[in-house]
Amino acid sequence: MRMMVEDQHLAAAAATGDAEAFSVLLDRHYDRVFGLAYRMTGQRAEAEDLTQDICAALPAKMAHYQPSARFSTWLYRVVVNAAHDRRRRATTHNKAASGWGDWELDRQAAIADSNSQLDWLTGAMRGLPDDLRDTLALILDEVTHADAAEILNVSPGTISWRVSEAKKHLRALKQQEDAP
Amino acid sequence: MSGPFDDFDDFDDLKTAMRAATPTPDATRKAKNIALAGKNFATRQESTAQVRFTSDRPKKGLFRGVFSMFKAISTRQALTASTALVAIGLFVYMPALQQGPDGLTAPTPEAAVVESLAGSLDSDGRARLQAAGEAEELSVAPMEAPVIAEQADMAAPVDTIAGLSSSTSVMARPSATAKMEARSLPSPPPGYVDDSQLRIEADTEAYPDAEPNPLKITTDEPVSTFSIDVDTASYAILRSSLNRGRLPSPEQVRIEEMVNYFPYDYAAPLDEVPFSTRATVIATPWNPDTQLVHIALQGEKPALDTRPPLNLVFLIDTSGSMDAPNKLPLLKQSFQLMLGQLRPEDQVAIVTYAGSAGQVLDPTPASDRATILAALDRLDAGGSTAGQAGLQQAYATAEAMSEEGEVSRIILATDGDFNVGIHDPEALKDFIAKKRETGTYLSVLGFGRGNLDDATMQALAQSGNGQAAYIDTLSEAQKTLVDQLSGALFPIANDVKIQVEFNPAQIAEYRLIGYETRALNRADFNNDRVDAGEIGAGHSVTAIYEVTPVGSPARLSDPLRYQAAEETATSAEYGFLRLRYKRPGEHTSNLIETPILPGGEATPDMIFASAIAGFGQLLQNSPYLGNWSYAQAIALANGAKGDDAFGYRAQAVQLMRLADRLSQ
Repeated sequence: MRMMVEDQHLAAAAATGDAEAFSVLLDRHYDRVFGLAYRMTGQRAEAEDLTQDICAALPAKMAHYQPSARFSTWLYRVVVNAAHDRRRRATTHNKAASGWGDWELDRQAAIADSNSQLDWLTGAMRGLPDDLRDTLALILDEVTHADAAEILNVSPGTISWRVSEAKKHLRALKQQEDAP
Repeated sequence: MSGPFDDFDDFDDLKTAMRAATPTPDATRKAKNIALAGKNFATRQESTAQVRFTSDRPKKGLFRGVFSMFKAISTRQALTASTALVAIGLFVYMPALQQGPDGLTAPTPEAAVVESLAGSLDSDGRARLQAAGEAEELSVAPMEAPVIAEQADMAAPVDTIAGLSSSTSVMARPSATAKMEARSLPSPPPGYVDDSQLRIEADTEAYPDAEPNPLKITTDEPVSTFSIDVDTASYAILRSSLNRGRLPSPEQVRIEEMVNYFPYDYAAPLDEVPFSTRATVIATPWNPDTQLVHIALQGEKPALDTRPPLNLVFLIDTSGSMDAPNKLPLLKQSFQLMLGQLRPEDQVAIVTYAGSAGQVLDPTPASDRATILAALDRLDAGGSTAGQAGLQQAYATAEAMSEEGEVSRIILATDGDFNVGIHDPEALKDFIAKKRETGTYLSVLGFGRGNLDDATMQALAQSGNGQAAYIDTLSEAQKTLVDQLSGALFPIANDVKIQVEFNPAQIAEYRLIGYETRALNRADFNNDRVDAGEIGAGHSVTAIYEVTPVGSPARLSDPLRYQAAEETATSAEYGFLRLRYKRPGEHTSNLIETPILPGGEATPDMIFASAIAGFGQLLQNSPYLGNWSYAQAIALANGAKGDDAFGYRAQAVQLMRLADRLSQ
């Protein structure tokens, strides 16, 4: 019955402790969160873990949601920040240990999921520098340049520049692979 | 070059490709993650609830938190999964902690263990736990308490979990090892679980307990007496409930407050009386065989240029519970809006109450906006609530400000938690009533949900001859504090009581719609010592009776066989309306009398009021509506929106639509 209620109202209710509103809201947005997490990490297993991080921390963050912000924009910012945190942590840990086995298994599973062309795209995304990849991940998810600028806390001009840089990178990669 | 990605300017292709490349989330992980979020949400509510000191927690609210927690993790999959989840929950809680304090203070010992553990996993799969702030390695032992609690909560057998973890080997990350270890801890001491869960207080709102007025038989009880009510809080509360996707509970619905929320353009009064009185008989929308008696009072419009200077004391609750976006920040914005409506000779003072009461702004002329705004800006939430001390200080300030011929009013802004330090709410009401005699009035503004003590708010405002309003949005603040400020602040008549005597020769049965909390005894009407509601400048007040004429097929009671009704009056009048009021500062009441005659013509205002009355009864599941439905209420209200300069009526129609869908 609460499905038709707007995100903002649900979020405001959740911010003040309404568990049911929180649960409806999370149900509604879980797939989008995961989708963005996937595009930002480029790995299925990483995306699952990142989504889990976000789910665990979301209740605490929810209390600080301001009704003036659009909920989807707010949530994207939470995802982006969580992804950045995770990257920072990942660089401080030595990842070249036992975890690799699982990682490779997951990666193979992910590869099997999609055809080779799409795999090229995700692979290429993975090859992008972090800031370009983040920007592209948002823009490819129908986020406007203005919203992406707000989410990533940079100017709209920077977003446009990053998008064109990302395109250049992808193009260059493609040419490189096409070359005999 | 060829291929779909040659031209990267064609972003739509890229978007489609990207979307196709994004896998769907793992269903098991999704259920687990959502359950984990639900659990953390419940834990967080629990610890938040515990920093609040409530002295009068209603009994019925006790178990709600537990229910809502289970509701949040209700799928079978989630229930079996959640025992194994707790270890993950412990370490992934870390991101929140790393980003600094989240505003919580003083969690309980149990909660402290959960929240102070910032654990991370080494690549070799061993769990390393860190106490927040220290980099010291600890043993797994401190995890025991929360893990035990979780395990016992869900009572999931161990083999279920073992099966689960093996079936999800695709995502067998190092964490799997840690969670299996964490699970194999000793069983909890008896009684532990109940203790930890019963303290959840998701909802401590309190509402007055009043059954809808029953049908009265005219021959048994020809006289109906009540006090007017200009509060509007009930409408704002039910709006906030509906917007959250929940039907309000019947006790949250006070129909007179819904009807009186809307401005009506009733005929202005003549010179000698402060307000006009009209009684009109119109058709009942939900029953062709009954009629409505629509009683309308319209206060005189204020002559704003000549109004006396105003002394306002803002009494602001700055206890810890006010620290939410829809409480203190909204309150500050609301008062800033209001400031624009004041005149240079008005004075404003601010008293706050939290752990202790304090005056944060000495009486300051309204022209000195900068000083007042700076004082508002400095307000900060923290501490518990000492309402009584605050109220006493506010009254002392108001009395010091008051000069001859001036109006003093205290505006109490609170989220409703008002009872710490007051053992006897009756004593508080008496205190306010006594102060009212000296000419200082009290209005109450409610903010935020979850803890709203609507009953106390209403009682205080009634004792203080003021209005109780609930502010959930800035536009509601605009309505209460700007558009209708003069009505809220300048009383034109006090102790307004209405008494209707129905004519048994014409009316077999009658029913007052709403005003349940305002009922008076028949003898109270002429007793000037009995307090009643006030009308402010420009206020309109509406009361509606549903009446069943003699001989109507809608009559619900059978005429008595042995005691023939004594029909002494054979007049065509349906009844007689009497109204008493006192002018401000006077102690004897004036009487207005007017007969209620059939055959009135309904104006759009009256039709809209009856549609709202119908809406309120639908929300109360009233048995008197027959098959009348939301669809008909919507059509009726839509046809009677009139000018609707502020859009209030259009909003009401939206709410009816929402209620219609929610009730299906």
